[in-house]
Amino acid sequence: MDKSKQIKMNTRPTVAIFILSGGLLLLLILALFGIAVGAADINLSTVWDALFHYNSSETQHQIIRSLRVPRVIADMAIGAAFAVAGAIMQGITRNPLADSGLLGLNAGSTFMVAICFAFMPWLSYNSLILFSFVGAAIGAFMVFGVSSLAGSAMSPTRLVLAGAAVSSLLTALSEGLAIYFKLSQDLAFWYAGGVAGVKWSQLAAIWPWLLGALIAAILLSKSITILSLGDDIAVGLGEKTTFVKIASMVVVLILAGLAVSVVGPVGFIGLIVPHLVRFLVGVDYRWIIPCSAVVGAFLTLAADIVARTINPPYETPISVIFALIGVPFFLYVARKERRNL
Amino acid sequence: MYMTVAEKRKRSRRIWTLIILSVLIFCTFTYSVNAGYSKLPFLEVIKSFFGMADAGTQLIVTEFRLPRIVIALLVGAGLAVSGTILQGISGNGLADPGILGINNGAGLAVMLYISFFPSTMDVPVLFMPLVGFIGAILTAFVVYGLSYSRSEGLLPNRLLLTGIAVAAAIAALITLLTVRLDPQNYQRYAEWMAGNIWASSWQYVFALLPWLVVLGTFAFMKVKTLDVLSFGDQVATGLGVRVEREKFVLLIVAVGLAAACVSVSGGIAFIGLIGPHIARKLVGSAHRWVMVTAALSGGLLLLLADTIGRLIIQPSEIFAGIVVAIIGAPYFLFLLAKAK
Repeated sequence: MDKSKQIKMNTRPTVAIFILSGGLLLLLILALFGIAVGAADINLSTVWDALFHYNSSETQHQIIRSLRVPRVIADMAIGAAFAVAGAIMQGITRNPLADSGLLGLNAGSTFMVAICFAFMPWLSYNSLILFSFVGAAIGAFMVFGVSSLAGSAMSPTRLVLAGAAVSSLLTALSEGLAIYFKLSQDLAFWYAGGVAGVKWSQLAAIWPWLLGALIAAILLSKSITILSLGDDIAVGLGEKTTFVKIASMVVVLILAGLAVSVVGPVGFIGLIVPHLVRFLVGVDYRWIIPCSAVVGAFLTLAADIVARTINPPYETPISVIFALIGVPFFLYVARKERRNL
Repeated sequence: MYMTVAEKRKRSRRIWTLIILSVLIFCTFTYSVNAGYSKLPFLEVIKSFFGMADAGTQLIVTEFRLPRIVIALLVGAGLAVSGTILQGISGNGLADPGILGINNGAGLAVMLYISFFPSTMDVPVLFMPLVGFIGAILTAFVVYGLSYSRSEGLLPNRLLLTGIAVAAAIAALITLLTVRLDPQNYQRYAEWMAGNIWASSWQYVFALLPWLVVLGTFAFMKVKTLDVLSFGDQVATGLGVRVEREKFVLLIVAVGLAAACVSVSGGIAFIGLIGPHIARKLVGSAHRWVMVTAALSGGLLLLLADTIGRLIIQPSEIFAGIVVAIIGAPYFLFLLAKAK
């Protein structure tokens, strides 16, 4: 088993364990900080009181409980979701440029949400999430459908091009709906990656899906590692590649779909985080996936804190911050790995 | 000059292609004048071409429908020629001005402009195309700069990937601005970006025409260079073409054409991709023919898209850019799946 030895050699479990434990601690501290900063600055001690000695007659406690805490939780949830979705896609497609935004999933989700806004405004949040999954599936199906028609020769560049074409089609359709039904700016606010208006009811709707998908991702992680070595090797090692691919794609659709349904199409989290994590912990997806969840949650929360303090009282959408970090990173990856592209 | 039978046949096929395309354009043109919220009798439409219809019809035709139709034709032709050049110099059949981020660049500039000059007065609106033009040109320079490498020159794949990435960054900046715009101005921007041929009056036709004539003529003079470049950089260099310099000049022409078009029509993608492909299917690969055929089919496509968009949900309309994307994206995916 040459390959499994190689994986062991190129894996740094100590670093991974450090990221998981230390990362969670840092995440907790950042979360407290994130609750405290905003349009109205609040003392950390007040935050503590609001969380553990809640007094419903105090305005600050109310702000914390009804606005700040759900927002911080949503940041972490979508960060973890996008990052793990990206990690799985990069693993199973062996495409260093894979990301739910670049491969059409976000645009598909947005398209379905635009349809729901236009034709079924009465839908509950829970059904909206389900439609968002379906939308992500449509986007993914189109991109990967094209790539499977092209045979095995679909290079990462071509996949990204297919993603761009599918995204521009679905975005054009969403724009058409938005303009016709005069929903443009409603959708734009929501596209802008706003976590500002997240409510407890939304979080209640997404957490079972998120938890289920993350557990499934961890269960699949060993098989994803084997798949990331290449289909031939995976088959040689007795892996049921088709099953693993389909199961992984379902997990990705759920993760991307629910994240988009909360914040709109935020790209590049799923591109950046797995690269960062692979650089730190090595090539074993049993470590990459949980570490991506933690790092993704941390970075998204940090980005959101930056987003609302950079130019108060305006909110800067986190999608903007991620695009401005993500684009140079994308160009860097594209240049570095151009031999395979 | 002596010609073989095969050459003669090829030549007559090419000429017939041009004739048929022109006839199709004329038919669509006539139909499009008639298509819209107020139906006009066919005879009146024909009469109005010669200034002999009644005053109401004459007004609708000459002041509203004709300029819009002419702009659709010009923009379609301009984008298709731009796409022909880009595909020629990058050696990649998937190149298109929209994919290179030019639409988004123009969009960002227009957005900035609307944010700072929200007035709907005549003068600021007139400046919108100019602003869009500048944005498109600047974006093209950024994409070129980021994908150019001193040792390897201009790599086609890298040009496309850089275009996609830069477009994403610009889209983010646009998002940043949208949230602060008041709803009325936002609607104006959204319609622009969706490829509404909004600038439908004669003054925009006259603003667009000189660009297309000058740059289009220049492009047509360079068809030989494009033919030579399609043999590959090494052969082209061997044949005495200064490859990098020619590529750069042609890139500027392509961007100039696309920028001029996008500035009056808003974000219309895929025409620059489809036009040249259809042309190569119809007339082969000699750029002299490809460019003319692409211009005609691009104009026809955009006019069709605009007409269909006006017909589907009256009295409202679907913008040409959206119709083009609905047709163009599947075609792009088809080409992508087929390409080796």
